[in-house]
Amino acid sequence: MHIPLLTIITALPTVTAILLVFLKRENERAIKYVTLLMSTVVFLASLPLFFTFQSTADMQFTEVHAWIPALGTRYHVGIDGISLFMVLLTTFLTPIVVLASWTNISRNLKGYMISLLVLETGILGVFVSLDLFLFYVFWEVMLIPMYFIIGIWGGRNRIYAAVKFFIYTFVGSLLMLVAILVLYFYHGGLTGEYTFDVLKLQETHFPLGYQTWLFLAFGLSFAIKVPMFPFHTWLPDAHVEAPTGGSVILAGVLLKMGAYGFLRFCLPFFPHAVEQFTPLILTLAVVGIIYGALVAMVQPDLKKLVAYSSVSHLGFVILGIFTLNNQGIQGGLIQMVNHGLSTGALFLLVGMIYERRHTRRIADFGGLAKQVPVFATFFMIVMLSSIGLPGLNGFVGEYLIILGAFLEQRVFAIFAATGVVWTAVYMLLMYQRVMFGKLDKEENKKLLDLSPREIGLLVPIIFFIIFIGVYPNAFLKKMEPSVNHLIEVVKSKTLASDIREPSLIIGLREE
Amino acid sequence: MTPDLNLITISPAIALTLTGFLIILATLIVPKMSRAFALPLAITGLTVAAWLTLRLWNVNSIAFGGLVVADNFALTFSFIFLIGAGLSLLASLNEHEAGYLLYPEFFAVTMFATLGMLLMAASTHLLIIFLGLETLSISLYVLVAIKRREPASLEAAFKYFLLGAFASAFLLYGIALLYGVSGSFDLKEIATVVHDPLKQGNPLVILGGIFLMIGLGFKVAMFPFHMWAPDVYQGAPTPVAAFMSTCSKAAGFAAMLRVLFSVSNGAASGWVTVLWVVAVLSMFIGNLSAIAQKNVKRMLAFSSIAHAGYILIGVVAWSAMGSASVIFYLLSYTFMNVGAFSVISYLSTDEKEFVDLKDFRGLAYRKPMIAFVMAVFMFSLAGLPPTAGFVGKFYLFAAAVKAGHIPLVVIGVINSMIALYYYLGVVVAMFMREPETAETGPRNLPVALASLLIAVAATFALGLFPSYWIASFELLFTSIL
Repeated sequence: MHIPLLTIITALPTVTAILLVFLKRENERAIKYVTLLMSTVVFLASLPLFFTFQSTADMQFTEVHAWIPALGTRYHVGIDGISLFMVLLTTFLTPIVVLASWTNISRNLKGYMISLLVLETGILGVFVSLDLFLFYVFWEVMLIPMYFIIGIWGGRNRIYAAVKFFIYTFVGSLLMLVAILVLYFYHGGLTGEYTFDVLKLQETHFPLGYQTWLFLAFGLSFAIKVPMFPFHTWLPDAHVEAPTGGSVILAGVLLKMGAYGFLRFCLPFFPHAVEQFTPLILTLAVVGIIYGALVAMVQPDLKKLVAYSSVSHLGFVILGIFTLNNQGIQGGLIQMVNHGLSTGALFLLVGMIYERRHTRRIADFGGLAKQVPVFATFFMIVMLSSIGLPGLNGFVGEYLIILGAFLEQRVFAIFAATGVVWTAVYMLLMYQRVMFGKLDKEENKKLLDLSPREIGLLVPIIFFIIFIGVYPNAFLKKMEPSVNHLIEVVKSKTLASDIREPSLIIGLREE
Repeated sequence: MTPDLNLITISPAIALTLTGFLIILATLIVPKMSRAFALPLAITGLTVAAWLTLRLWNVNSIAFGGLVVADNFALTFSFIFLIGAGLSLLASLNEHEAGYLLYPEFFAVTMFATLGMLLMAASTHLLIIFLGLETLSISLYVLVAIKRREPASLEAAFKYFLLGAFASAFLLYGIALLYGVSGSFDLKEIATVVHDPLKQGNPLVILGGIFLMIGLGFKVAMFPFHMWAPDVYQGAPTPVAAFMSTCSKAAGFAAMLRVLFSVSNGAASGWVTVLWVVAVLSMFIGNLSAIAQKNVKRMLAFSSIAHAGYILIGVVAWSAMGSASVIFYLLSYTFMNVGAFSVISYLSTDEKEFVDLKDFRGLAYRKPMIAFVMAVFMFSLAGLPPTAGFVGKFYLFAAAVKAGHIPLVVIGVINSMIALYYYLGVVVAMFMREPETAETGPRNLPVALASLLIAVAATFALGLFPSYWIASFELLFTSIL
């Protein structure tokens, strides 16, 4: 019998959320345990996706049902090597976030858990949708719970941050909606089949004039989400104000949706426009890498520092994707996973120290390594992973990306590589100022080290940080066929109607 | 020719009329009749009318020698009117409205207003359309003024009456001019004259058309005939504002679609350009003014002008898909907007109307379910999935893109962004601000929640499973276009 695994995984969080509605608000224990249990079940249910995933480029675990036949939209879900890891990352991080929110949500825990679960459905839906209409629905649905998480459970400036987050993202996505409609009618007019099916739309060649505009409409939406420099200004606000759990989800998976969008839609739909805009995007990516790192360096606030480091790291992801070669895209993909793990963990750690000290200012700390050695150790591993120390996950991604970039455009690779140095500078400086030196603040002398719960939620992340660092092939080989297929689609479509100088493409084929 | 009476065609209208009279008569017999008696009577009347409408489906029955046409187009609109009227009446079922809505006239006159709407949608004869519009308008003047001891209500009614009388006069004048050219009130015959190459560019035809559209444009509250909406909605009793903003708008659009499609000659007509401009200005003026509002009812009024603009996008598309999207949007709008007004009505107490944005602060902590429901309506009005508002807007935009109006859609999309800001304002107040008072609010009976629950269920249902409706609405226009 065919088990609709993707539907189960996507729907189960929302079903749980509906169950939670019937639990009494005061019964916080039950609410926490039910959420933890069900989100763990979702994670366990998503494991077969990985283990039975065939290393081919095909869409797998697909399900197709009619939804709105009059508009040609279908419920079409499936995953390939690109979305597989995004799905797994989401289901993996959610139970951790639930556990991380065990004690620090002071009011309306029920509403928080419901938002978190609905958010998980929204994110998973985005990654599994193979119908543009369905994708768009999830893309927007996911905004609402995130908006509530920031706006209700956030810090002092939470309303400003929540509204800014919502409006920024909404602006991008509405233009994408127009572009989706244009795609739909162009494809329909050409083939007579009106459909939002991603796989079918991929096969259509869009005229060059169209591609530019469509690419810009899609690209703006994704660039805001990633966020790429200069569309990143909502991110520090959202991160700083969001509660720890919200930050982890935001950094861990939400930002990946933008990069995923580029891979799934922009590249195969508009290869000519991609070619045309690549220099610009690569430049913005490298600017983002260096700018993010430099701004992170001067942040007095730990959380803001991590937020800006995200801008820098996601610059690497975009750089990798737009190298348009195997190494770069695979590097970008693995870097998406890495960033989810290490930045997610950094936000968790910052949240833990904030819960104890109610401050995130670097200047308020110093010498913590003596008082809380376990915390310091975890922090060090995560920080080193974020820097890209060989043997840990960050290295694999950054190495592949820089390699990919080097094959295409050396200048970008060289500048991007300096970003790695900057990362080391601000991370190590921060670590030194927080952990080493004299334990001179009275408040810090009473700090408690990590509780078993906190250790328990960090260990799985650390495990994958090391696992990917040591044996990335387990992941890379699952994504490779899909990445190659994507590159093939892009290249063949570019060649098919390419009338301009094809040097870039031919140069690549020789290698 | 003996007139073909065929009374079955107007049986829903007869049912409403009888119900209205019955309520008034019953008052004479039982002088102290309360709404506990009038409301069930009115709802029964609406239900019977809906049942009779359903029986006419696919019959294409014609009465009075073509004066009244009960085609599926008219019947679909009838359902929207009946639903809207029913929900608005249910919304009156609370503590706040108890004072003045005790008058049974409220229920009777609502019946007559609905009757006028039915006629507007169900005729190809200009005089019947006018008759319907007047029945509707006069009933609405009464309904707006029904809080007769409150100056705001009277002011609103007076304003509405003055401007409405002007609009009716314009409509009538337009009808007269078209009659002067064609010698007929029937849209088909007018169409043959309008399309006559010899009479192309006849100033009387153009002027007549413009006057006709002014009269109808007033009813749908589109720019530049929108000035009355904010004051009137604010001053009117909340259930009446709900009824006006949805059903009266739908009736205006029903007549507009029918007139435009039967008389003008296709997309080439200059009307597309005019309506394009009107749509854009309605959206911008409605949305930009709504941002500044602190009174939620007033905000909804301005947003209602903007929504008229969105709906016009579907008219501009000038296709079966466009018109179907207009109907779908009107249906969705009826649920979400009546829903939003119902929340205000539900929360208002005897002493105080619950309309200030400040009143909404921290509502989620006092009444979580009501706050949730209001948030659903706000998100739906803003056009976010998985609600009816999203599918409706998507459908409108899709029709316009198909017709090649991409710039118009981009403007519509920009307006959705502007609109999001003020809808979020309500959500922010409810969920993210601290409550100002610890008031628990009015003590309404659970049954007062009925309109809210129906509206929220329908908002989700149309958002998740719109397929059936979209398919059947598109069929409607095979007969008209």
